[in-house]
Amino acid sequence: MVSRILVGMNSCGMAAGAQETLAAIRKGLASRGLEIPVKVVGCSGNCYREPFVEVMTGSMRTGYGDMTHDRVERLLDEHIVGGKEVEEWVVRRSCTDREEGFDRDGYFSKQVKIVLENSGTIDPESIDDYLAADGYKALEKALKMAPEEIINEIDHSGLRGRGGAGFPTGMKWKLTRNVKAEKKFIICNGDEGDPGAFMDRNVLEGDPHKVIEGMIIGAYAVGSDEGYVYCRAEYPLAIKRLLKALVQARERGFLGHDILSSGFSFDIHVKEGAGAFVCGEETALIHSIEGKRGMPRPRPPYPSVKGLFGASTMINNVETWANVAWIIRNGAAGYAAFGMGKSKGTKVFALAGKVKRGGNVEVPMGMPLKEILYDIAGGSRSGKDIKAVQMGGPSGGCIPSRLFDTPVTYEHMTQTGAIVGSGGMVVMDTDTCMVDVAKFFQDFTVKESCGKCTFCRLGTKRMLELLIRISGPDGTEADIDALAALGDEVKAGSLCGLGQTAPNPALTTLRYFKDEYLAHVREKRCPSNVCKPLMRYVITDRCIGCTACARACPVKAISGTVKQRHSIDQTICIKCGSCIGACRFGAVDITGLNGGDVDA
Amino acid sequence: MVSSFPGTPEPPFYHPLSLVPSRTTTGTGLFEQVRKMQSSMDEQTMRNSRLIPLLQAMQEECGYLPADRLKVLSEELGVPLSRMYGVATFYTQFRFEPLGRHLVRVCHGTACHVNGAMQIADAMTDCLGTKEGETSKDGEFTVERVACLGCCSLSPVMMVDDRVHGKLDKEKVKEVIGKLMRGELDGQ
Ligand SMILES: Cc1cc2nc3c(=O)[nH]c(=O)nc-3n(C[C@H](O)[C@H](O)[C@H](O)COP(=O)(O)O)c2cc1C
Ligand code: FES
Repeated sequence: MVSRILVGMNSCGMAAGAQETLAAIRKGLASRGLEIPVKVVGCSGNCYREPFVEVMTGSMRTGYGDMTHDRVERLLDEHIVGGKEVEEWVVRRSCTDREEGFDRDGYFSKQVKIVLENSGTIDPESIDDYLAADGYKALEKALKMAPEEIINEIDHSGLRGRGGAGFPTGMKWKLTRNVKAEKKFIICNGDEGDPGAFMDRNVLEGDPHKVIEGMIIGAYAVGSDEGYVYCRAEYPLAIKRLLKALVQARERGFLGHDILSSGFSFDIHVKEGAGAFVCGEETALIHSIEGKRGMPRPRPPYPSVKGLFGASTMINNVETWANVAWIIRNGAAGYAAFGMGKSKGTKVFALAGKVKRGGNVEVPMGMPLKEILYDIAGGSRSGKDIKAVQMGGPSGGCIPSRLFDTPVTYEHMTQTGAIVGSGGMVVMDTDTCMVDVAKFFQDFTVKESCGKCTFCRLGTKRMLELLIRISGPDGTEADIDALAALGDEVKAGSLCGLGQTAPNPALTTLRYFKDEYLAHVREKRCPSNVCKPLMRYVITDRCIGCTACARACPVKAISGTVKQRHSIDQTICIKCGSCIGACRFGAVDITGLNGGDVDA
Repeated sequence: MVSSFPGTPEPPFYHPLSLVPSRTTTGTGLFEQVRKMQSSMDEQTMRNSRLIPLLQAMQEECGYLPADRLKVLSEELGVPLSRMYGVATFYTQFRFEPLGRHLVRVCHGTACHVNGAMQIADAMTDCLGTKEGETSKDGEFTVERVACLGCCSLSPVMMVDDRVHGKLDKEKVKEVIGKLMRGELDGQ
C-alpha cells in the first residue's frame, strides 16, 4: 500500500516544473478518490533528474526522475493504483529496514550524507518533520554540556570552515569564547556569491532547522544572545523557509527567552543581502548589516574581537553550521572518521557546467576529483572530453584533467593553485575556451571589486583589458607576460580576499593552458571557437549552392547563386553561427584569422 | 508566539509606520520598539542599520527608489541623503528608475556562461527588442543580468518575476516570452 508521495520542491525542482507535477498529482489523486498524503520536500541532490518524485510503500522508497506533469497519470495508474512500479522511470530505490537498493546512475552510492541527511526526505516547512528526524536532539544534549565541552567536541571533529578559507571551526569558537565581552553576536554567512555554487541554497531551502539548531548550539558555546543570518536576495525561497522555520522554533521554545528552561536566551534575525559579491567577505558583510557600503576592512582586529556594531562576533558559513548538530549527536570521532589528513568529514559540492549529472553531492573529503566527476557525475554532458574543472569560483582556479587524481582536500587543492572554496565545481569540456573563462571571471571581479584598494580596483581592470586583447586580433606574447606579472602583484597588494584571489582564474589557466593562450596570440586562433574576434566563418568547396545558409543569415552576409559555392562577407558577418546550423553538408567551417582558404 | 527579547512583543524587525514591511519582516510595529530591543546600541547606529532593509522595502513597494521618497526617508532616519545614495548605489539590487511590469533576469553565472548564456541574452534581445539593463518601450519588460540564481544544474537559466526557468535554449526563451506577452504566466 502506498503510504506517501514526496515531491522535491526546491528552486531547482520548481525551475524544472515541479509545481505542475505536484498539482497534477494532487488532482489525479483527488479524481481517483485516493487520500494518500503528498509531501513537499527539499532537493535530493540529483538536480539533473528534476522534477524528482518518490513513492513510499511500506519500507520501500522508489524514486522517479524527470517526472514532468505529463508523466503523472501513468505513474498514478500503474504504481499508485496498480501497485506496480514504472520500471523504466525508476532512478533510485532504497529500503529503510534492509540493505537493498538500486541506483540507476550510480549517483548516490558513493555519497555520505551528513549536511544533507534530511534534504529530500523531510518537509522543510514542518518542524515536526525535523523533530521526527532527531531534530533539536543535539541542542537538548548541548544545553546539558559545558560550553567548553561543546567547543572541544567541534575541535576534535576536525570541522573546518566551509565558506572557503577552511579555518578550523573549533579554534574560531575557542577564540570567540575567550573574548571577555558582555555582548557577542554570531552570524551565519549565507551570501553564497560564488557563481556556479548552490550548496548553501539547497541547505537553507531543504533543511533550514539544521542551520538554526547549529547556530543555537554555537551561540550557547561562545556566549552569544543574538544572531544574524545574512542570506542573498537571489534566494527568495530560502529566505521564506528560513523565516518560517524561525517562527516555528520560537513557538516550540528552541529560540527566544530561556531556551528549553536552561536559562540561556538567544534569537536570530534575517538580513537579506542586496547584491554584492564582496559582502560574502566577513568584514564587508558586517558593514552591510550595519547599513553601510559593503567594504572590507583590514584585519586584525578580527571580528571575534571587534565585529558587528563593535562587539565580538563569530561568523560561520551555512554549511559549517549545518554540520554542528550531527557532530554533537554522533560525536567528534564519528565525524573525523570521514576525510583525509587535516580535512575531515564530508563536503557538499555543487556540480554544474558541462557535466552530465549536475546537482549537489556530499562526499567524504579526500575523494579524488575523478571519482566525483566521472563515477558520480558521469563525465561531460556532450560526451566530449572534460578539459578542466573550475573550483572555488572567482577566487579559485581551473584544474586540468591530468590532475584529476588529486584528492579533494584543502591542502591538495591549494597545491594545484585552485582552492576547495565554497564547493562549486564547474565542469568544462573541449568546447570551453580557457582564455574566455579567465576573461569571464576577471570581468566578474572588476564589477564586484568594491574599489577601496588600488591593486584590486585598477589591477583587475588592467588584467581584464589584457585578456580582452589576447582574445582579439591585437594580442601579443608580451600581453601574456604582463598578465602573469600583474596577477602576482594584485595578489600581493590587495586588501581583502577578493583582490588577493582575483588573479587566480587567470594565473591557473596560464599555468595549465598556456598553449591555448599562445594559439590566440601567435596563430590568431581560438582553439575552442569561442572568442568571436578570432573566428572567421568560411564556406568550403563542400558547398553545393543550396542557398540554405544565405536564407538563414540574419544580416545577409552570405551571397552566391544557386548551385554555386557561396561566400561570406567578413565585414558584415556577426559570427552568430546560424549558417552552420542551416548547412546540411558541413560546408561551413570556422578558422582563425590566419587560417583556411578564405575567399572573401 | 514566544517573545524573544525581553520587552518586545514580536521579533525581529520593525519599520517606521510610513513604510511597508519587507520580506524579512515577520511583524509590524513602531520604531520605538526597536530602540528598546537593542537598547545597548546608540540610536544613530541603530537607525543606520535599518537603512538597507528600508530601502529594500521601498523598492519592493515602488519597484525602484524614487528620489522624493529617498528624501523623506533621509529626514525620517536622520541619515544624510549623500550617505543614502552612497549605500544604495553600492548594491546592485537597487534601481533608480521604474521597473517594467515583468522583470526578466538572465543568469550570466559561470555555469550558465559555459552553457551559452550569451545565446539566451541574444534570443531575449531578439524577442523583446530590449537589451540587458533596459526596459522595453511599452513598459512591459525590464531585462537584467544576474550572476547566478543558484539553479546552475539547470543552466542556462533565467528568472521571470519570481519564477526560475531552466534548461533554456532559443526556442524555450521564445516560448516563455510568448506566454508572458499573452498573460499566461500572470498570477503564478
Ligand atoms: C570576496 C570574498 C567572498 C566571500 N564569500 C563568501 C560567501 O559567499 N559565503 C561564505 O560563507 N563565505 C564567504 N567568504 C568567506 C568569509 O569571509 C568567511 O571566511 C566565512 O564566512 C567564515 O565562515 P567559515 O569559517 O565557516 O568558512 C568570502 C570571502 C571573500 C574574501
Ligand atoms: S550560473 Fe546560472 S544559475 Fe548559477
